Amino acid sequence: MSEQTPTTVSESAAPTQAAPPEKKSGNAMQRLLGGAAGRNLGLVIALALLIVVGAITAGDRFMNVENFLNIIRFASIIGVISIGMTFVITAGGIDLSVGSVMGLASVVASLSWVQAAADQTSWLLMVAVALAVGGAAGLVNGIVIAYGKVVPFMATLAMLVGARGLAELLSNKQTQIVSQQGFLEFFRGDFLGIAWLVWIFVIAAVIGWFLLGRTTFGRRTVAIGGNFEATRLAGIRVKRHLVALYVLVGVSAGIAAVMMLGRTTAGTSTHGTLYELDAIAAVVVGGTLLVGGRGTIVGTVLGVLIFSTLTNVFTQNNLSNSVQSVVKGVIIVVAVLLQQRFASRPGRSS
Amino acid sequence: MLKGDNTASLLSMRGITKEFAGVKALRGVDLDVVAGEVHCVLGQNGAGKSTLIKILAGAHQPSGGEIFWQGEQREIPNPVAAIDMGVATMYQELDVVDGLTIAENIFLGHELATGGVLHRARAARTTRQLLERLGHGNLSPHREVGTLSAANKQIVSMARALSHDAKLIIMDEPSAVLDAEEVKNLFRVVNELTSQGIAIIYISHRLEEIRQIGDRITVIKDGASMASGLSVADTPTPELIRLMTGRNVEFVFPPRRELPADAPVVLDIDGLSLRGIFADVSFDVRAGEVVGLAGLVGSGRSEILETVYGARRASSGHVSVDGKRLRPGAVDRAVTSGIGLSPEERKSQGLILDEPIFKNVTLSNFARYARGPLLNERRERAVTREQIEALELRPADPDRPAGTLSGGNQQKIMLARWLVHGTRVLLLDEPTRGVDVGARAEIYALIRRLADAGTAIVVVSSEIPEVLGLADRVLVIGDGRVLHSTPATEIDEHGVLDLVMKGTAA
Ligand SMILES: Nc1ncnc2c1ncn2[C@@H]1O[C@H](COP(=O)(O)OP(=O)(O)OP(=O)(O)O)[C@@H](O)[C@H]1O
Ligand SMILES: [Mg+2]
Repeated sequence: MSEQTPTTVSESAAPTQAAPPEKKSGNAMQRLLGGAAGRNLGLVIALALLIVVGAITAGDRFMNVENFLNIIRFASIIGVISIGMTFVITAGGIDLSVGSVMGLASVVASLSWVQAAADQTSWLLMVAVALAVGGAAGLVNGIVIAYGKVVPFMATLAMLVGARGLAELLSNKQTQIVSQQGFLEFFRGDFLGIAWLVWIFVIAAVIGWFLLGRTTFGRRTVAIGGNFEATRLAGIRVKRHLVALYVLVGVSAGIAAVMMLGRTTAGTSTHGTLYELDAIAAVVVGGTLLVGGRGTIVGTVLGVLIFSTLTNVFTQNNLSNSVQSVVKGVIIVVAVLLQQRFASRPGRSS
Repeated sequence: MLKGDNTASLLSMRGITKEFAGVKALRGVDLDVVAGEVHCVLGQNGAGKSTLIKILAGAHQPSGGEIFWQGEQREIPNPVAAIDMGVATMYQELDVVDGLTIAENIFLGHELATGGVLHRARAARTTRQLLERLGHGNLSPHREVGTLSAANKQIVSMARALSHDAKLIIMDEPSAVLDAEEVKNLFRVVNELTSQGIAIIYISHRLEEIRQIGDRITVIKDGASMASGLSVADTPTPELIRLMTGRNVEFVFPPRRELPADAPVVLDIDGLSLRGIFADVSFDVRAGEVVGLAGLVGSGRSEILETVYGARRASSGHVSVDGKRLRPGAVDRAVTSGIGLSPEERKSQGLILDEPIFKNVTLSNFARYARGPLLNERRERAVTREQIEALELRPADPDRPAGTLSGGNQQKIMLARWLVHGTRVLLLDEPTRGVDVGARAEIYALIRRLADAGTAIVVVSSEIPEVLGLADRVLVIGDGRVLHSTPATEIDEHGVLDLVMKGTAA
């Protein structure tokens, strides 16, 4: 019993004050690398490595301004979809229908009577139609998910199938050539020597970044993904917000459809096939949590650029699509592993 | 004092330290546990109690120090190692899986199986026995855990700890969600276990429980042990409080003020029912009044609050605030009408654990600080800092993720949310759950201050003395009905329990 005699530490031997929140320089580094900046830094390094590989293997064919603009132009359509996708994934949802909604929007906007009506008014009518189709599909998704309580995966899977079918019906599985002159002219043109496709991507990225990080809309999105029930109980209209999010991603698919029409000068039901997977991959590689609660537009943009640079390097070296797919798969897995390693979520450390 | 005569050291932790990215949670803690004792660990919110036991449970790795188990130095690299060693843990934050049944939860990780095939019948049988031992034979082993109340989830977590053949069972604030009856049950089981030579590490902020059940006490303050192995019998409560807080805390309820006769009715609840849960609940709360709901766990108190708040849709009856009737089942309307709810389960219903403190504090009113759609995080941080000051929330850093705070400090975030929002009606479900003695006194004072400023307050608490001390008027709830309504000064704990027993028997 003797070794269990009570021992009372005297008051003076004890720490005299509560620990202040410590901020040591060593930890500042740790914080930086663990934080958003650190994650993005990792992506930037990955992108830089890819560029180095491109420069070594393809030399001047790769390292020129024209080619870099190509890479971004190639990234722009998937990029716009990925920005919309970042929002739904941050809120803990998913939208599998973006690719086929994009196809549907491209078909509807290039229907002959729509083009004819655009000839009478303005080419912007085609744009409005595409955005409306995307928004409407998103609205349906959102209502089914928020009010019908169908899980997003299933609801948008149904939309994926349905929208593609509808696009085939409307187009008779034919490719619809865009002949509307205003539309064609706009997309042939550029601004400051840079193609409009690239500008649209840049503008979407800036708006998305601002919306997610700086506005009440973004705060609600993150909160819903972080804890749906707590957000609901705090008095936020979570259902309405969910609908808004799916409309947003739908509209982004509509914008992508317009860009696709501009680039290919044709609308078809096969536009956007499997784009949902590319978009989800870019978002997740960029550092947005698939379970929701954390999202980053900068990361998404870097993710998209990584994939399109990769494609470019492979094409420059005449490597097959299949090899490319294998490498893409590896990148996705590695990125997710790294995320878990370096950005372990707070409260669940060690 | 020790039950049994086996006083050989079972566990000895020496100079344990733990650092989380920049926070020293533990700076040198010693803990000695002998077989068959109930060893209480005391300390204020954030003192490091949970961190210490998580190290013992293999959930955290210590930054320094040594652990001896039955005299042998051991490393505990992961939770499985702890369980294999003979340490079972009931964590403070409920850690059951909602989608699984009770039996599946209890045997999660050590399923009864041969060659991968589960013995479901045997698991169900054992589960039933465990539940019976805990006085809950009425729960079906096949019930999905997500449908259980917080208290019943705690029972499941307890049954799981019992299902391991443990030499040491750690209970981190097990009584926080339990009512008086359940706590009695818990103590009966604890006595049974200790008489078999099993040691218990018991953490609680309710000092009277320590008196009842504890053998020895270790006090932790700011991550360092202040005293280890104090005998419960020889240490007076004020001394314990002084060791924990470093000061003398007056532990009394703030004085009530006479309600002015013309104080208007703010919250009016009329014939509110939720099918199968409660029926025909009517009462009103005047400006400046604190109404307490007393009753057993499962009597429907939390559900009443949630229905008033619109988080559940009433099957009949209505709720009015300042004479305006609320639409049933619309939380957002309730909030705009000036009702706030601090829910029972702060982790699943209250907080966004990965988000910083300030975003949690302003979750219901960040739009108010915004300019149009533009967030103003600087102002959000500023108002959060004010609340951190007022509530002595630790750590005092608005940017710390809520999930890294100790349980009691998380509770303070919930209160801060409605303080910055400013409400006419405040519904508090277990407002001091997991809150330490010092902060508890502050929260009581705060509730009274809010009432004096004209807020109508409804408090649900499983601690009857708390309801009686805090409320102006007490409603005794049993079986989803209001059994009795009386001024708090005209009833005592026995009175409440009698009513409850009679009401539920009837
Ligand atoms: N994962 C973590 N990351 C950073 N800090 C942490 C983490 N977990 C705990 N802490 C900090 O360690 C300190 C001790 O916390 P702990 O949960 O052990 O307190 P406690 O004594 O159990 O308090 P309570 O009575 O409120 O439950 C607190 O300051 C807390 O903020
Ligand atoms: Mg704790």
